[in-house]
Amino acid sequence: MDRNKRYLAGAMLVVGMAGAFAGATSPPNGTPAQAAASDEVKIDNFTFAPGEITVAKGTTVKWVNRDDIPHTVVSDDKSTFKSKPLDTDDKFSYTFTKEGTYSYFCSIHPKMTAKVVVK
Amino acid sequence: MTRQKDEIQFDHNHDGIDRRGFLKCMAWAGTGAFCVMQGGVLKSYSLSRIAELDPSKMKGELSFAQISDSNMGFNKPANPDVAGTLKAAVDKINALATPPEFLLHTGDISHLAKPEEFDNVEQILRSAAAKDVFYVPGEHDVVGDDGKEYLERHGKKSKGAGWYSFDKKGVHFVGLSNVMNLKAGGLGSLGAEQLEWLEDDVKPLSASTPIVLFAHIPLWSVYPQWGWGTEDSAQALGYLKKFGSVTVLNGHIHQTMQKVEGNVTFHTAASTAFPQPEPGKADSPGPMKVPAEQLRSLLGITDVNFVQGKEALAIVDSKLA
Repeated sequence: MDRNKRYLAGAMLVVGMAGAFAGATSPPNGTPAQAAASDEVKIDNFTFAPGEITVAKGTTVKWVNRDDIPHTVVSDDKSTFKSKPLDTDDKFSYTFTKEGTYSYFCSIHPKMTAKVVVK
Repeated sequence: MTRQKDEIQFDHNHDGIDRRGFLKCMAWAGTGAFCVMQGGVLKSYSLSRIAELDPSKMKGELSFAQISDSNMGFNKPANPDVAGTLKAAVDKINALATPPEFLLHTGDISHLAKPEEFDNVEQILRSAAAKDVFYVPGEHDVVGDDGKEYLERHGKKSKGAGWYSFDKKGVHFVGLSNVMNLKAGGLGSLGAEQLEWLEDDVKPLSASTPIVLFAHIPLWSVYPQWGWGTEDSAQALGYLKKFGSVTVLNGHIHQTMQKVEGNVTFHTAASTAFPQPEPGKADSPGPMKVPAEQLRSLLGITDVNFVQGKEALAIVDSKLA
């Protein structure tokens, strides 16, 4: 079992890093002088909380999985943003550069839905 | 053997198709009950009485075991040793009075679709006396890579998202994949292509052919609020109306549940990894944390016997403890 656990720890680390870097692929278009606001959505108990957040254009929203089950953060169109599977305590972030309402869900548990409103 | 309060006896009438009778037998693993259908009669017994059963009554011309939701890679307090409990399930299968000819794994083999998780399960299942293992994917097996890793390992003989059929001793088995391309807010989904294939697959079969459908997410509405159902399962079952005996085996909900409706008997198997709460009995379907000494009594395997000529399956769910 010890060997299995080490395997798993390594695997989770890779997922964690992938999740952390995912947001970096979408740099904000806002002026560099403006510090980007950040908002965090917690995933726990099969729920995104808050279920709806409103942020300013250019905001980087961070998701952190506090549940003991893996989840994903995937836009309804499955292309705007799509996290890797997030195991417990893994994070994902995405910077919203355009106004609009972004509905998203967990592709493992599609009953988990939420949205980000960008103004 | 005297009838117990929780024993249900059901006459299948042998007409198979338009019988209006309805039986719903919810056999929670935690409350300890299991159902046996044999010769067209379904009986439900308390699991704690499994030792009292006469193994000769469980014999048929075909037997197989179902395992489900091994979730290899899960390591949280509900069960930090899912490899150990899967091994225990294999030991239990190897100890069955009637050795099963093959195993069905109804998905969530892995927890995060990682190669080492799949490897681990394959390695543990190699210790099973039955060498053939038939898989269908769970949503955990296709996460992150749209099923690439799963299909490379277990999809060589399957079509599309992992569906296929095979015959064993006159029984037609159909493995369905209902975990791909799930939509926001939706349930499990088979999709048009798979439904079309299913219709064609069963069309040439005679109505007396016993059918076993197996898929990960239940093909009946267990609890849609938690996603425990498949949006287009009614269409799939519609193609099976002509058959006298249809058995549906699922996993996903980590507990044993059974139901008979018309010609179809539905069963969900317990997980070998961790139990989940009864529908609606918790805020979410997350893993149930139970005392270590209770855990194995909530995990299990399903042993299925087919009695040729009687067109019925006898299913026995047993706990690991």
